[in-house]
Amino acid sequence: MPEDIEIRLLLDAIYLRYHYDFRSYSAASIKRRLNAAKVQMNAATLSALQERVLREPRVFSQLLQFLTVGVSDMFRDPSFFRVLREQIVPELRTYPSIRVWIAGCSTGEELYSFAIVLREESLLERTTLYATDINPEALHKAEQGLYPLDRLQAFTENHQLSGSKCSLSEHYTAAYGSAVFDRSLRKNVVFSDHSLATDSVFAEVQLVSCRNVLIYFDRSLQDRALGLMKDSLCRRGFLGLGSKESLMFSEHASAFRDFVASERWFQRC
Amino acid sequence: MLSAELRDHLIRIEALVVGASAGAIEALNQLLPIVPENARIPLVVVVHLPPNRASLLPQIFAARCAACVREPEDKQPVAAGNIWFAPSNYHLLLEPDCSFGFSTDLPVNFSRPSIDVLFESAADVFGERLGCIVLTGANDDGAHGASTIRRRGGLVIVQDPNSAEAKQMPNAAIARANPQLIATLPEIAESIRLATRAAP
Repeated sequence: MPEDIEIRLLLDAIYLRYHYDFRSYSAASIKRRLNAAKVQMNAATLSALQERVLREPRVFSQLLQFLTVGVSDMFRDPSFFRVLREQIVPELRTYPSIRVWIAGCSTGEELYSFAIVLREESLLERTTLYATDINPEALHKAEQGLYPLDRLQAFTENHQLSGSKCSLSEHYTAAYGSAVFDRSLRKNVVFSDHSLATDSVFAEVQLVSCRNVLIYFDRSLQDRALGLMKDSLCRRGFLGLGSKESLMFSEHASAFRDFVASERWFQRC
Repeated sequence: MLSAELRDHLIRIEALVVGASAGAIEALNQLLPIVPENARIPLVVVVHLPPNRASLLPQIFAARCAACVREPEDKQPVAAGNIWFAPSNYHLLLEPDCSFGFSTDLPVNFSRPSIDVLFESAADVFGERLGCIVLTGANDDGAHGASTIRRRGGLVIVQDPNSAEAKQMPNAAIARANPQLIATLPEIAESIRLATRAAP
């Protein structure tokens, strides 16, 4: 198929020109995303899009939005956060200082969910959260902590189901159709540009959450990313994945044991 | 009666993808129990689901089907002999190496999982060796995917709108995909039997 060749060439071009490496992303979803970009960016073909991407960095940043942004809710899969609250927080409490890595934080929904649980459990003050992503615009949004009010109903329901005893509204202020999450939630957050495809380990942490990021990677890249998480985690540290992600097909499976497998929580051996 | 040409195509397909929405359970109930335990090919089914709870479909149909009914994991091989159900709140895709892929990209046709997303990715993998079935439903999801499958030489089967609980989805697929077969559920069941029965 000519289209498959165009995809390969475009991803090579992006790597050579901008050092963003999408070459080992899952083929089926990258194809959908590129085709969506092609249509919305008014390019007749991916080759035509490639020509513009190579010459205009601004066009590349536009394309990057199509290539990276998944859509997440706060407290997506509430039962995952219930396990965090009820079974993992007690273990985290035993550390004098806590470091948490939200890998592929996108626009911050997952990050704030973690920060809120940690605050409600009185651990936020002694926690450093590393929030990393490859998309600078998404990171910027995460840093702002601003979400349209119409999304808050779903966030609030999930928050309740996650086992919170407070109201989500204690953590944000509503203004001009948006919810602004408290500045204090991100006081100890380090936002950073980091690629699971090309960068290396940067800290030792007790918990990594990387949910619905690995689904976009092929198996070789999944192994690279899981290797970074394995090497970042201290002994008995926790790894949380998305509800369809597992270590089943990974070469790093033996470095982890199931913690609550049904909720995709694993523990470093 | 199915035409000779259709029967010939049915026994050559290597995967069957199925999409259904409003009225799905009733319709699938007449179809999936036909699939034998050692089915020759995999079936992959997308039913529109509400986003915020786990799908009960594997449980419901496991009790009624001889074939193994399951929800795939990311990168799991699309193995024959199984009926695979898309989970809620993800798009389900087929990858070129014939494994399952997932995405949390925006809903398509207001749906995640979307039938179009599965069908289009499956068409890329299987080409003319793919069959699809569009069943009852109240939106246009599946029509675009079915037309992609048809264009690649695959087999498109659509439930007769007059026999469907919700006509819109079959109507849209008929309008866009020029299906080889428009049929009632018993006829579709016969097609599934032909396509899935174990090699003699």
